[in-house]
Amino acid sequence: MELTVWTYEGPPHVGAMRVANSMRDVHFVLHAPQGDTYADLLFTMIERNKKRPPVTYTTFQARDLSGDTAEIFKTAARDAVARFKPQALLVGASCTAELIQDDPGGLAKTLGLNVPVVPLEMPSYQKKENWGAAETFYRLVRAFAGGAGKPETAPEQASCNILGPTSLGFRNRDDIVEVVRLVESLGVRVNTVAPLGASPADLARIPQAHFNIVLYPEIADTSARWLKRQFGQEMVTTIPIGVGATRDFVAEVAKVAGVEVPQELLESGAERLSWYSASIDSNYLTGKRVFVFGDATHAISAARIASEELGFKVCGLGTYSREFARDVREAAAKYGVEPLISDNHLDVEDAIIAAQPELVLGTQMERHAAKRLRLPCAVISSPVHVQDFPARYSPQMGHEGANVIFDSWVHPLMMGLEEHLLQMFRGDFEFHDDAGSSHLSHGGPAAGHQPDARDEQAAVAAETPAPDVAAATSTAANDDQPSWTSDAERELRKIPFFVRGKARRNTETYATENGLNPITIETLYDAKAHFGR
Amino acid sequence: MTTVFDASTACTDTAAKPGRDVLKQRGQHEVFCGLTSIMWLHRKMQDAFFLIVGSRTCAHLMQSAAGVMIFAEPRFATAIIDERDLAGMADMNDELDKVVTRLLARRPEIKLLVLVGSCPSEVIKLDLPRAASRLNGEHSPQCRVMAYSGSGIETTFTQGEDNFLAALVPEMPAEAADAPVSLVVVGALGDVVEDQMMRVFDGLGVGPVRFLPSRSSTTLPPIGPNTRFILAQPWVGACAQALERRGAKRISAPFPLGEEGSTAWYRAIADSFGVPEAKFDAITAPGRERARRAVARYKPVLEGKSVFLFPDSQLEPSLARFLSREMDTSIIEIGTPYLNRDVVGPELAMMPDTVRVSEGQDVERQIDRVHTDNPDLIICGMGLGNPFEAEGRSTKWSIEFVFTPLQGYEQAGDLAELIARPLMRRELLKVGS
Repeated sequence: MELTVWTYEGPPHVGAMRVANSMRDVHFVLHAPQGDTYADLLFTMIERNKKRPPVTYTTFQARDLSGDTAEIFKTAARDAVARFKPQALLVGASCTAELIQDDPGGLAKTLGLNVPVVPLEMPSYQKKENWGAAETFYRLVRAFAGGAGKPETAPEQASCNILGPTSLGFRNRDDIVEVVRLVESLGVRVNTVAPLGASPADLARIPQAHFNIVLYPEIADTSARWLKRQFGQEMVTTIPIGVGATRDFVAEVAKVAGVEVPQELLESGAERLSWYSASIDSNYLTGKRVFVFGDATHAISAARIASEELGFKVCGLGTYSREFARDVREAAAKYGVEPLISDNHLDVEDAIIAAQPELVLGTQMERHAAKRLRLPCAVISSPVHVQDFPARYSPQMGHEGANVIFDSWVHPLMMGLEEHLLQMFRGDFEFHDDAGSSHLSHGGPAAGHQPDARDEQAAVAAETPAPDVAAATSTAANDDQPSWTSDAERELRKIPFFVRGKARRNTETYATENGLNPITIETLYDAKAHFGR
Repeated sequence: MTTVFDASTACTDTAAKPGRDVLKQRGQHEVFCGLTSIMWLHRKMQDAFFLIVGSRTCAHLMQSAAGVMIFAEPRFATAIIDERDLAGMADMNDELDKVVTRLLARRPEIKLLVLVGSCPSEVIKLDLPRAASRLNGEHSPQCRVMAYSGSGIETTFTQGEDNFLAALVPEMPAEAADAPVSLVVVGALGDVVEDQMMRVFDGLGVGPVRFLPSRSSTTLPPIGPNTRFILAQPWVGACAQALERRGAKRISAPFPLGEEGSTAWYRAIADSFGVPEAKFDAITAPGRERARRAVARYKPVLEGKSVFLFPDSQLEPSLARFLSREMDTSIIEIGTPYLNRDVVGPELAMMPDTVRVSEGQDVERQIDRVHTDNPDLIICGMGLGNPFEAEGRSTKWSIEFVFTPLQGYEQAGDLAELIARPLMRRELLKVGS
């Protein structure tokens, strides 16, 4: 039993719904109690789809449990096929229906439906949403592409499938446009994109392509590996998020497809991140501490961009995708940080506090945490908010994706000259810590906010390793912590709030290491000289 | 207007009003489960913490339905049952104890911990009332522990609040035998509404008046034979029965929506407390006048329009009555998840026989009826709103009626505005479907 307030992923059947909702002519009959229909609003409200997801729920109630829930399932399946006339019917159970063991797959078989039925096993008590999506996609691909042996592929032009984009995926809608454009500019034909926008008939055509682009391994990796074994289709696994990764992606696609990279793709015409980042105005971004957390794909990509393309310092990197923990560990080693593999948002919040970042790149959960800690934040990964399905074209991948990323990460930060002015005129009555940055309305102070709350909260949290051991260690922790003289404390408050936490931590570290207690103004400046900015 | 009946699955029932048929069809219910009530209960009772014992689906429901609105750390959480619990490798009661101990260490300000049963906890027959009594022995008096069910197999949306309040009734202190006659208003209301009601009660000389749920778990109203209670929300039928079992007397009335509903509601209380007619008129006249004026502004928008209500909170009959009688709209269908005739019978009796009433749901066939009836406005849940909007239809999210203070004279205009807004908006927009 695990205590949770927010969860990064839903149950596996929600992953199955995401695949069903991505596709055309697929319908999903889900054996589930009344109430599980809440999942519809993920699609109709958060993603703002115009149609209801293609899901029929059996919505059984307590009084049905003593009767025949299996019969309710059979009626729902029969009615759904008659009403929606899908090319394929997915059947499965949610967490409660799993417990009553009605076996939707077996029941559907007895109905003699005139459509192919793909039964799903979704172990709700051990697996989660992305696994459910990957498994559903794999079952569909096997069912529809698996029949024949290796088909004839057109030899005259290299062709590929783009696998992985789904409904509710972070900016998947726009990423497809960028990636198709990139691939086609190499002279490679796109055979099919799946699951988003594909029909079961399109899945049947997957083996006709020369190779597969795994755009989102959390969802497409299982299928792509199977396709490689079955049909010998190579996998392109570079994720084209960021300037460098897009360049690598183009090179990998060209190599697998056996084509030359055209000259105009080598010149980065459409891409502005490189110049904006090199421009003198971006100097202030140098060494900004950034904490990165998300699904593995977006977190690893974000860390690379932060480090190589914006000149930030990656001070934390983690993921909730346990299936891809190895990849994140490798990436974390590159930046010299401890990888954080956790699906407990409280652990992530603690890690953010400890890392003292100046920018948080995360999911909706980290946006909540950053807001509480008064840290700038940009969202880079699912799970997301309705605001992260913007009306405008806003990809993360390819050249335009890099441009979007530059804007959306830099925008929440204090501008360079503004930072300097704050340092000079911190006593100004309308230009002070609590006024926040002038270009952001949400940077204003929260009601009842104490000037140094973030700092204090961080300090308290840093001293309190975990609630259950806090009682045992708090006395010792207090003994170790040097105290501040009131002069030094006043001087510390003259440092702008966005670097004050770091100054406090550095000074305390310096004092502890040098056995200095209490901390004086001298200690503060000695520490500053010792650590630099 | 013709009523669409399906002879094979529809059965009729004439108890609501002689001659009124109730359409019942069994199919997909597109409604929230009772856990969703925690969204407002945890804000209303400020020293309570709601711990759902359930699955990842329950946690995901809470954050999908409520998470987008809540930025502070909420006073609810889910203890997620995992494979180890089900396989019997971990004793689930020990696991629950551990979770509760950790939670209370983290949130020492919590005075009432509420274990909330879910679909999985009920299917595996995890005895939460018993667990609560065990934990209560361990943690009270610092923190009391209780349990109720908010599961989807037992409850629909607002019924979760009903179960919570019904479970609170045994916890309520006994009123002294010689206590003066008191009033309890039952069903969560906005704080501002409670304050306004208190001013009216003071004016009428009715008191002492208490509210359930109370703002704190330590100030539950005392109950006894001298207690009278009135429902402020239509979904608290089980709580009403529990109060009656403790000797309290129910005052029956329409619900305080709109000028007419509010007046009828206050009048039932005034009559029960023997308030003279002249005094009643003097105290309520300014409010009635303001409510009539506020509502009149939106009448041109809603007058003559046809409205179709999907089942959601059980407020549907009261909303329909307000729309029908005070806004002169034509009601096509009143869908409600559960029709408690004892509670909403007076509301239905105030409406024409042509109004179709449906209880429970087969959402696909209900959508078919919308396509046939082509109403001017659809009041429905969040899963259905945008798909209807994309068809060029005007919709109002029903969940807002639960979250917005609407009761009483001062909110009558807000209620009218809330319903009129989608139609006014469609007039404003020169783009879209």
